[in-house]
Amino acid sequence: MITLLGIVTLAGAIAAMALRNLVHCALALVVAFGGLAALYLQLGAQFVGFAQALVYIGAVAILIVFAILLTRGSEGPQRRVFSASWAVGAGVALAVFGVLWGILLSSRALPAGMPPEPVATARGIGDQLMTKYILPLEVLGLLLTAALIGAVIIAIKDEG
Amino acid sequence: MDQVFVAFKQWLVQLAPAPWQPVLSGLISVAAIIGTFASLFAITTLLERKGLARMQNRYGPNRVGPFGLLQPLADGVKALTKEDLVPRGADRVVHFLAPLVLVVPVFLALAVVPVGRNMTAVDLDAGVLFFFAVGAATELSVFMAGWSSRNKYSLLGAMRAIGQMISYEVPLILSAVTVIMATGSLSTVTIVAAQAGYSGGWPHWFVLTPWGLAGFVLFLIAATAESNRSPFDLPEGESEIIAGYYIEYSGFKFALFFLGEYIGMFAVSGLAITLFLGGWHAPFSFLTWVPSYAWFFAKLLALIGLFIWVRGTLPRLRMDQLMNFAWKFMLPMALVNILAAGLWRFVPPGPVRWVVCSLLVAGAYVGLGRVLFERQQFAKRTYRYG
Repeated sequence: MITLLGIVTLAGAIAAMALRNLVHCALALVVAFGGLAALYLQLGAQFVGFAQALVYIGAVAILIVFAILLTRGSEGPQRRVFSASWAVGAGVALAVFGVLWGILLSSRALPAGMPPEPVATARGIGDQLMTKYILPLEVLGLLLTAALIGAVIIAIKDEG
Repeated sequence: MDQVFVAFKQWLVQLAPAPWQPVLSGLISVAAIIGTFASLFAITTLLERKGLARMQNRYGPNRVGPFGLLQPLADGVKALTKEDLVPRGADRVVHFLAPLVLVVPVFLALAVVPVGRNMTAVDLDAGVLFFFAVGAATELSVFMAGWSSRNKYSLLGAMRAIGQMISYEVPLILSAVTVIMATGSLSTVTIVAAQAGYSGGWPHWFVLTPWGLAGFVLFLIAATAESNRSPFDLPEGESEIIAGYYIEYSGFKFALFFLGEYIGMFAVSGLAITLFLGGWHAPFSFLTWVPSYAWFFAKLLALIGLFIWVRGTLPRLRMDQLMNFAWKFMLPMALVNILAAGLWRFVPPGPVRWVVCSLLVAGAYVGLGRVLFERQQFAKRTYRYG
């Protein structure tokens, strides 16, 4: 099941990079987001899975689509999709992958064996957020509210 | 009598060999949800046409069957046999997928709505969150339909619809947050259980508290806007942009859009019943002998009747009115309402908290209304996104 979801997610991600039409790319990205959410659910992280669907499919995907429509339209590009320096890009990607691979294998967390399976219920996450992680939560809340008000102010200035 | 469907399902499941039992149990629940709500959709289309006709002083459908009762059947046959037209410039794959992306999530959302005692398809730990998470896909479907049709009107309709849905999703979720604060749970079953019991013959529904009443009204308004129904039906305003994002759909795909819209309305009404109207609980203690599912569907039909009534009574809003209402009135009201719910939680029971919470909610309502009315300027309007 996890293999299947992984294939769907990867196929969505690859399609998002390779398709010519920008809107198609955005929709393929949604498939990748959905696959990721399903992967979280499969791993027993209900809260994270639903939040992923709500935030990424409901908000981020719509934002991307809006950005595409409001800027350069949905016409396909005239140039080739792959840029000329794709070999350099692949080299960089391989290097990053190698570094991460090496660090993961040499880290002390892996040989210690599997930790006991944590119970990630919505209630547990809420309790932790409201007690142990209350300060980060409040800071984030303040930041997001400031961003919201700032966006409204920018929108008002535009209208005048 | 109350548990007849649950007992029947258990009896059916027992007939299967043990390894197949969970699969069969799931299949029966899915079949029950699809069958019940799809037939409710058929009944509602007839009720809506009849009700609207009654309000507009005409007969409505009266040709097929006695009193036009077989009209949904005739509509279904017509939709199935009609030619399926796809515009030449359309993006065929996306055009085909859009109705499916709408219909599948709205049926999924119904899975967490408790329709009776022990009658919830899946009792998720984060049921309310699941409801909103699958609901997110409907916006995408609207965009897919509007964009893939290669039609200016349908793209305009999709832009209007997405703007409206995003704006009203904020007060929708914020008004639901009050109930989550009061019960301390995201599970729909726990929320219904928290509204059990009666004092002096009256139920403990959340709608009978000051914050609950305000939350219910806000939720219902936002739900009307979310399901694109009149007076928030700008995305499909017939006289302005013909039919919005589904102009280029015909035959069964159009019927699927129609179905998805109505099932979405049932789902969000079901959630309103679960959150504020006590779920499947009876309204008075002497009526508890009536089966629980009968109460749920009675409440659902009452809400549908309210939606039809509103549709027959109110004119369509303008785009600027729509956005101003969402951001300048609904959002502050929902935030004040959260404050009221918090106070209700911590002030000890008694007349004090009734007075305090009622004053807070009513004061916010009157104050916001006055400020917004006084600051209203009658100047040349500018339109964005059609």
